[in-house]
Amino acid sequence: MFERRRIQASGDGSVRLRLPREERELLRTLPAQLRSLLDESPDDPSLERLFPPAYDDADSEAEYRGLMRDELLDGRRRALATLEETLDQDRLSPEQAQAWLTALNDLRLVLGTRLDVRDDELLERVDPADPRAPALGLYAYLSWLQEQLVEALEADLQL
Amino acid sequence: MTTLAPAEVEVEEPRGADEVEHDRPWVVIVWNDPINLMSYVTLVFQKLFGYDKAKATKLMLQVHNEGRAAVSSGTREKAEYDVARLHAHGLWATMRQD
Repeated sequence: MFERRRIQASGDGSVRLRLPREERELLRTLPAQLRSLLDESPDDPSLERLFPPAYDDADSEAEYRGLMRDELLDGRRRALATLEETLDQDRLSPEQAQAWLTALNDLRLVLGTRLDVRDDELLERVDPADPRAPALGLYAYLSWLQEQLVEALEADLQL
Repeated sequence: MTTLAPAEVEVEEPRGADEVEHDRPWVVIVWNDPINLMSYVTLVFQKLFGYDKAKATKLMLQVHNEGRAAVSSGTREKAEYDVARLHAHGLWATMRQD
């Protein structure tokens, strides 16, 4: 189905991007959607996985949230902004690649939570009549990209 | 004098217990989830904790097969720092005192 790698290690710590135009256009639509969810519906259940609890104990957890929530939110917004700003590039610096890794993963976490992904089998038998089919396709695409980015960054880690 | 001595001991004992309580390390646990890629989790462990690929892979497989793994431990502050970094990377991490 997918013939060609989109993301590759370049050997100097940066990452090469070979994304067709239509895929760049698809990716361009996503950060704004997640941002508006974060802005307008911060309690939406599909955001749960972005802000998991640290403590069992309610008081410690409230304190942790008070301290960390804004910082975590800022980091996620910065990653989404970097994804948007660098979408037309053919090469990502290590910092930009890291931002892509975070942004792609956050998008997958939110989409996967919405789709109620529980196991890998979900993608093995997508019924074209399933109303979730387009979202499942997008989830599979983002997973495929993320896997390539992880491989590229891992290759750089061995340098 | 003889009645004071045991009283002193009694006062000291709880303090000793507090110190032990405070010294017990906090453990950071990563839980299995169906969304994060196995390769991604391995990369995050390498990056955040400086583990080599073999150790990071072993921990990832423990999370995957057993449902969770202890990935780091230390003072409460260190554990909270590690949990926050794992959360920033989208991993499902919690902490508790050992």
